[in-house]
Amino acid sequence: MPELRTEEMVINMGPQHPSTHGVLRVELVLDGEIVVDAIPHIGYLHRCFEKHSESMNDYQQVIPYVDRMDYVAAISNELGYAIAMERMLDIQVPERVEYIRVIFAELQRIASHLLALGTYGLDIGAFTPFLHCFRERERILDIFESTCGARLLYNYIWVGGLSHDVPDNFKNKVRDFIKYFPPKIKGYNDLLSYNKIFIDRTADVGVLPADVAVNCGASGPVLRGSGVEWDLRRHDPYSIYDRFDFDIVVGKGEMGTVGDCWDRYIVRVREMEQSLRIIEQAVEQMPDEGDVKEAIPKRIRPDAGEVYARTETPRGDLGYYIISDGSMSPYRVKARSPCFVHTGLIPTISRGAMVADVVAIIGSVDIVLGEVDR
Amino acid sequence: MVEILQEYLPFPIMAFAIHASIPLIIILPYALVAIWLERKVSAHMQDRLGPMRVGGWHGWAQTIADMVKLLQKEDIVPRNADRFLFKFGPYVAFMASYGAFAVIPFSSEYVGAHLDVGALYVVAITSLVTLGILMGGWASNNKWSLLGAMRTAAQIVSYEIPTVVAVLSVVVAAGTLNLMTISEMQSGSIFNWLVFHSPFMFLAFILFFIAGIAESNRNPFDLPESESELVGGFQTEYSGMRWGIYMLTEYADMFLVSLLASVLFLGAWNSPFGEFMSGPIWGVFWMIVKGMFFVFVMMWLRWTLPRLRVDQLMDVCWKYLIPFAFINLVLIALWEMIF
Repeated sequence: MPELRTEEMVINMGPQHPSTHGVLRVELVLDGEIVVDAIPHIGYLHRCFEKHSESMNDYQQVIPYVDRMDYVAAISNELGYAIAMERMLDIQVPERVEYIRVIFAELQRIASHLLALGTYGLDIGAFTPFLHCFRERERILDIFESTCGARLLYNYIWVGGLSHDVPDNFKNKVRDFIKYFPPKIKGYNDLLSYNKIFIDRTADVGVLPADVAVNCGASGPVLRGSGVEWDLRRHDPYSIYDRFDFDIVVGKGEMGTVGDCWDRYIVRVREMEQSLRIIEQAVEQMPDEGDVKEAIPKRIRPDAGEVYARTETPRGDLGYYIISDGSMSPYRVKARSPCFVHTGLIPTISRGAMVADVVAIIGSVDIVLGEVDR
Repeated sequence: MVEILQEYLPFPIMAFAIHASIPLIIILPYALVAIWLERKVSAHMQDRLGPMRVGGWHGWAQTIADMVKLLQKEDIVPRNADRFLFKFGPYVAFMASYGAFAVIPFSSEYVGAHLDVGALYVVAITSLVTLGILMGGWASNNKWSLLGAMRTAAQIVSYEIPTVVAVLSVVVAAGTLNLMTISEMQSGSIFNWLVFHSPFMFLAFILFFIAGIAESNRNPFDLPESESELVGGFQTEYSGMRWGIYMLTEYADMFLVSLLASVLFLGAWNSPFGEFMSGPIWGVFWMIVKGMFFVFVMMWLRWTLPRLRVDQLMDVCWKYLIPFAFINLVLIALWEMIF
């Protein structure tokens, strides 16, 4: 009897797709509904940031470029770059600047996770949590806007300080947000996190074992979702994070296997609660006096040399490798992007899943193409 | 009704034509209202407002504006698409849905066609919607559409079975397939409604409603047109009024399922207050109220729940709904025998 001829279908989850978070093209090789291979093609958003930085006349002028890499969590990018430069120039920023930076970074982490959760719900088919998450995000963006005038791409954290001091009622606004937010997290848990359909779609899907995660260079919630307790804020502290008391959220496989999509999702939800704790402590400890611009150097001309500094962004371990040749403009600014590494992980965890699962997996890895392509 | 029309019109064919388009007079305004309602319901659930401007009060004319926009869009047929199937598919789907409205008794005086096998007819003709969807998916010459169409075929065909078994439960309790007779059986007081007939009828009602949501491709069963994954499923390549017809089919299906649920279980055109507010004209009012209530419940579910994956959808149908439906049927039959 002749063999039934079946072919593998190659389908393009194209650059224009409602659910690949940005312009990502995933070439799916399908056997019916099962994915045999998933090959990501990137570069649709490459904007030559690193090359542009080399022609900047001032190291401060790189900050807007760095903003636009991971446009969802712009403060985190700026913070990483500023810390790298301050390490190279050996600048010590005033206490007030440190505290404001931490508050903003953690607010940005909450905002970024809110977007990740909202769009993840959208991918799975739950349309409503997306808008509720954005309502909370608006509160955070209001705080940002009242401080530096921008809602998404701030150009706020400069090398050696900040571009603007915070407005007068900043502490009250932040305290209001701290009171306003925890019931909303409970709302998300009621609506989405423990919803049976959501759990069925995400538990045991896209399991990333801990050793594979470490070997592939995963970081951030992707790594912590697989059960590995590693957070740069605790294990390689920068800025003043060693002064704050917070837990590292790790996936425990509550609903399925350790390292499945649900674990990565719930790590993000719980990280928002921990960020809220950090913000609460920072607002209490923040000094009221101090000039945010006093440590900003008039001219940035570092000695020839190089520096590598890494920070924990909402997406993972963002590293900056900056080489200076002694002149006013950088010789090389290289950003080690966590999303780029995670995009490489997608084929590994998608094999054997179904087409609908690929969407869930890409959403749970939470890539932002701006950072992947730079 | 046909007879009344035949008296006044010169040719019988005109009477038949007008009589046959009466459901259109019901479906089109309903679709206008339902689409607006969906946008408002979803908006308020999502902490926003929805249409507010078009037509003045809360944007009630938004759907009319959208229809006009759809009508003036360019008619795009993809290059390598099967032209005939592509153009005909939406109409087949709509015709199937429309045909089922012929046997729904809108009031004690009006039913489109006095069929003694009404329930059977409805179940049979709604399965033709699959054909329309498959035509659309295949003819689009698009792998995503094909995937969507395959999923739809599997889904609708599978979920027919719980629907049929739930309808059978009603038939067993009522003793007839004629929808008008079933409605008349439930007149009197609210406790005559078939859903209160026995505790198992309530279960049958729930089963029917869930299977009905799956039949009309609504969230959480809307994988065929899942916007997040397959871009639009079988509708991806459709634009303008052709897409509008598919949308109309979906809303007509929703209304059909709601109306059937009210006819079979909740007393059709009977008023819940017994004699108060009942009569032939009130009958139409009650039918529409009950139908719109279930349409609202469907919308509510759509904007709350995530979507089921295809294999989970099939699991729900074959491993849960169908065994429950059959056991329920047996229990109802036993109840009938004993009481």
